[in-house]
Amino acid sequence: MERAVTGAIPGVERIAEAFSSARADGRRAALMPYLMGGFPDLATSAEIGLAYARAGADLVELGVPFSDPLADGPVIHAAGSAALRAGATLPGVLEVGRALAERVPVVVMCYANLIVTRGLERFADALVDSGASGLIVPDLPVEESEQALAACDERGLALVPLAAPTTPEQRLARIGAQARGFLYAVSLTGTTGERGRLDQGLATVLARVARHTAVPVAVGFGIGTPEQAAAAAAAGADGVIVGSRLVRAAGEAADPAAAVSELLRGFASALAGPLS
Amino acid sequence: MTAVEHRFGPYGGQYVPETLMPGLAELEAAWLAVRDDRGFKDELDALLRDYVGRPSPLYLAARLSKDLGHPVYLKREDLNHTGAHKINNALGQALLAKRIGKRRIIAETGAGQHGVAAATACALLDLECVVYMGTEDMRRQKPNVERMGLLGAHVEPVEAGVRTLKEAVSAAIRDWVTNVESTHYIIGSCVGPAPYPALVRDLQRVIGDEARAQILERTGRLPDRLIACVGGGSNAIGMFVPFLDDHDVQLIGVEAGGEGLDSGRHGAPLTAAGLPGVLHGAFSAVIQDEDGQILEAHSISAGLDYPGSGPEHAWLRDLGRARYVAVSDREALDAFARVARLEGIIPALESAHALAWALSNPAGELDLICLSGRGDKDLAEALAELERS
Ligand SMILES: Cc1ncc(COP(=O)(O)O)c(C=O)c1O
Repeated sequence: MERAVTGAIPGVERIAEAFSSARADGRRAALMPYLMGGFPDLATSAEIGLAYARAGADLVELGVPFSDPLADGPVIHAAGSAALRAGATLPGVLEVGRALAERVPVVVMCYANLIVTRGLERFADALVDSGASGLIVPDLPVEESEQALAACDERGLALVPLAAPTTPEQRLARIGAQARGFLYAVSLTGTTGERGRLDQGLATVLARVARHTAVPVAVGFGIGTPEQAAAAAAAGADGVIVGSRLVRAAGEAADPAAAVSELLRGFASALAGPLS
Repeated sequence: MTAVEHRFGPYGGQYVPETLMPGLAELEAAWLAVRDDRGFKDELDALLRDYVGRPSPLYLAARLSKDLGHPVYLKREDLNHTGAHKINNALGQALLAKRIGKRRIIAETGAGQHGVAAATACALLDLECVVYMGTEDMRRQKPNVERMGLLGAHVEPVEAGVRTLKEAVSAAIRDWVTNVESTHYIIGSCVGPAPYPALVRDLQRVIGDEARAQILERTGRLPDRLIACVGGGSNAIGMFVPFLDDHDVQLIGVEAGGEGLDSGRHGAPLTAAGLPGVLHGAFSAVIQDEDGQILEAHSISAGLDYPGSGPEHAWLRDLGRARYVAVSDREALDAFARVARLEGIIPALESAHALAWALSNPAGELDLICLSGRGDKDLAEALAELERS
């Protein structure tokens, strides 16, 4: 799955490519692990990212730690705080992304304040410079994202919006229309974190979302086992995002890169083979 | 019908996870519907009168005035039921929650005053109540933790960060992200995503409306200076708003200077005037590092121990309409002790910041200070600090 350097290709295209080749390879959905940049420290997080790429990631979601992550549950919140204590900064995390982007498309997940504080244009330039393909801002609803969308569009970066189970039809249309790269469907009403079971309404949510957008739909939040990943694919997801489970392993294991590799292979094989 | 403001100049907005957006829209629509509704207004006014004890008195603090050399009036929010201005907002929002059919209430609290107010409103209106509170604040505001328990609320300890107000707000917002369909979040100050800053201001402006009428009746004139402490800024905005067009009235917001603005250990984002940022859903004055990480605030007063500020205050500051200043822990403690002796009033440590600034900056002919709450909750903490010095 490792790909050659694709520096000149705009991020939106690279992301589209990643989703379509997952399909072309006969897999059920694209696999997108989440990496907390700088956790447990920058060097180890870089190794974890490369381990993701080797173990079957189609794309990597690279989280930038933030002091007040309102969309995150305890595992990612704690990892972000630990990363900050270990000295992670946005430039440091983007360097982790740079090495990773040589192998897989990188979508940066970053809270609004880190963008606002730097200034949108400067931030977007730094993303492009690091080789990132897309951007997810979990606290930037469509009402607030007009300028960010323009800045990303200008640079070929995909600004990926989120849709939630609580999102009404009219908003979905607006979100779907301005989705670039893919649309991030939040599987449940809540923050990130592992759950015992997938939300029962997931298939309905996915069907609703898909009606309103031309881009692939990836599901995240609450997917912590290969079975849940397979079920999300069966429910209609074009991509599956795995976060807290991997971050937890990175925090617990003596050899984080080896631990996440093994886990990710499990997710990859659950998504191997076409939907029956 | 005027809209509910989302922005105050460049400040405000709705920087929250998508999951909450429908909840915010529902809240805004509900507020628009009841804001000018006779039935709602009558119900709230009756409660404010018979249950809270409004109007709160305007008191000419004679000995304080003598010290300062000019008349000083205190708006006695400390005499409200539950002991602070927070009840004005909590009752209004709890009534609103009932209207939109939400029977579970969450709130955050720093000093515990807002938590107690929310717990009280929920007891009165038969609503379930969960209050998030940092464990450091649970320690320093213990009486309020006990009051909340007695009132039937569940206090949820928050262990993140330095275990104070910022983390309590974050924890409450995360709860709301999970339970938005069944739950109303009663935020305790004019902060957070729209419509909260406008909603809380509208519910707190009763302070200023009353004070304006009272001071005109008593003195036949408007004050030279209005002085109020600013944590998130709800007692101050409630006091200021009815006077905004009275251009001769100076508006002064007093923030927590903590150990000094230079020390970095303070709660004065408006005064320090660093780069603004996004915290808890709004773009406003914040305390942050160059990378954009929000820093921990510090104040002896749990209610002012917050690195953010209401967006309308940031705008009033930029417009030059209001001025923001900071008072140190030490000065606030001294004013706490001094006003107790001078007036027989033990102020909340928050309110003591407003008093301290007035005491050390005598000017003009007539001051009106918002005494936002009483200091019973602060006795242990303040006495220990006073003894140490
Ligand atoms: C008595 C009192 N005054 C002031 C405040 C600060 O809040 P605000 O700035 O919203 O008025 C608090 C907060 O807990 C308080 O308890």
